[in-house]
Amino acid sequence: MSYTGWILLTASLVGLSCGLIGVFLILRRMAMMADAISHSVLLGIVIAFIITRQLSGGHMLIGAIIAGLLTAVLVQWFNSLSIQHDASIGVVFTTLFAIGVILIATQVGNAHLDVKHALMGEITFVPWNTIELPFIGAVPEAAFLLAIVLIVVLLAILAFYKEWKITSFDPALAASLGIPVMLMHYVFMSLVSVTTVASFDAVGAIMVVAMLITPAAAAYLWTDRLSVMLVLSGAFGVLSAISGYYIAVWLDTSISGSMAFATGLVFMISFLGSPKHGLLSRVIRPFTIPSA
Amino acid sequence: MTLLLSPNAQWVLLSTLILGMASGMIGCLAYWKRQSLMSDALSHAALPGVVIAFALIGTKFLPVIIAGAAVSALIGALLIQWIRSSSRIKEDTAMGIILSVFFGLGIMLLTIVNRTASGNQSGLDGFIFGQAASMTRQDVYVMLFLALIVMLVVFIAFKEWKLFLFDADFAKGLGMSNRLMNGVYLAVLVLVIVIGIQAVGVILMAALLIIPAVSARYWTHSFKWMIILSALFGGGAGMLGTMISTLGKGWPTGPFIVVASSAFFIFSLLFGAQKGLLIKALQLRTQKKQLIRPWNAQVKLEKGD
Repeated sequence: MSYTGWILLTASLVGLSCGLIGVFLILRRMAMMADAISHSVLLGIVIAFIITRQLSGGHMLIGAIIAGLLTAVLVQWFNSLSIQHDASIGVVFTTLFAIGVILIATQVGNAHLDVKHALMGEITFVPWNTIELPFIGAVPEAAFLLAIVLIVVLLAILAFYKEWKITSFDPALAASLGIPVMLMHYVFMSLVSVTTVASFDAVGAIMVVAMLITPAAAAYLWTDRLSVMLVLSGAFGVLSAISGYYIAVWLDTSISGSMAFATGLVFMISFLGSPKHGLLSRVIRPFTIPSA
Repeated sequence: MTLLLSPNAQWVLLSTLILGMASGMIGCLAYWKRQSLMSDALSHAALPGVVIAFALIGTKFLPVIIAGAAVSALIGALLIQWIRSSSRIKEDTAMGIILSVFFGLGIMLLTIVNRTASGNQSGLDGFIFGQAASMTRQDVYVMLFLALIVMLVVFIAFKEWKLFLFDADFAKGLGMSNRLMNGVYLAVLVLVIVIGIQAVGVILMAALLIIPAVSARYWTHSFKWMIILSALFGGGAGMLGTMISTLGKGWPTGPFIVVASSAFFIFSLLFGAQKGLLIKALQLRTQKKQLIRPWNAQVKLEKGD
């Protein structure tokens, strides 16, 4: 496949897996938790790098899952100590992120891992860093990792669809039905961390937030059905990844920045034009509905 | 350490001290308005304004950059408000959208500006993680002046803030305009964020608003003392972080300030006089003793010895 093709494929995989996960984040009102995890994952990656001295996918994933779960546990713990929920999120992720940045600046400070890379990603380097796979041939490592994560995400959603649906919309009912709500929460949080770290290489920490939240929020404006929302959100993710790439090529600028910006455009269009919950339909509706 | 003795470094230290105090105070307001993460969204949203302001004037003239950042953060705040009030998107989702999309736009613009010859050496990257060492004397004056205004606003209208935060309906009944208060609140919040971005950076500025306020909460139940303590913690963290960051070459200031304030937070969490873990454990123990002693006595009586 061509150079551009690999970039587009990687970006689409990011858009797809983040879009799927994002739906549950929005419905559980945990959008800012995604922001927190995407920041603190940096610490996990840096520590994994300091211990192993190499930037390999597997170690980074483990470090990231630990960092993500640590964030979730700490937020939960501080919240139980009567700190407001969003304040405890704010305390935890800024601290972990700051430690990560300090470690990069003081311990790592070399070409392998720098702060800008972690924040903004370097999707342009993705096609160069390939691994050999049986039957398929040379595949960029990031794309391979993302494909695996996407499969895991899909399997998890298929396996826990019913459980997550109930826990998202009615946690009390879920608990009374005997669904392990807390366990589901932590499984979900680890999935968010895995998705975040796999997307890290491609779009960086901040853009992951855009990919996680914005397409799902846009999809939320189009439909009331969870299954439709999942499909739409994934499609919006892919759409913004691809259009973001072409905006970046057109303006010759940061690819991840443009992808985040493209998710914003998709959201704005949905916000204004969606037939169900869009702004224009609200303006128009009073003139058409009263006769009914 | 010799660096610390130079007059310029002392000015920078003073400015981060005052900045920390101002943001500690405003952080208390944000905490009680339950909008701690709003500051995070707004500080990220300031980035496009910083870059556009730089691109327009071509130099890093701080007042203009601050104005640009403020406009951009205010647009972000209004968009969050608009999305929340006119669709079924919740506030935290709206904040996440604005935060990431604005930051993405900022990075896009930053990449374009950095490509030009003048932008390359501008040190605009310093606005992401903060670079207090790059501040000139004039920048320090601007920061000090604005931070003092912010602190004055909290100080003068202290009674009104208290009413507004804890019983907005009562405040309305007394004839206070909640709309005006909301406006002033947003204005000082944005102001303290934008003056902090040069020293602390857009990504971590929110920490300076959130962490000192949460730490102060462990020491007192009084709003007045919470603000005073939060200002002390913020100022201390600002100074300490800046001092540590001067020890290494090219170390970013922001993360060190944040870690310093987290150290204050952990200390407060453990030893805080009102809700600290230690005091809670001690209280639990004395309560247990008080309950168990009469019970033990009764058991002894019943046994007959």
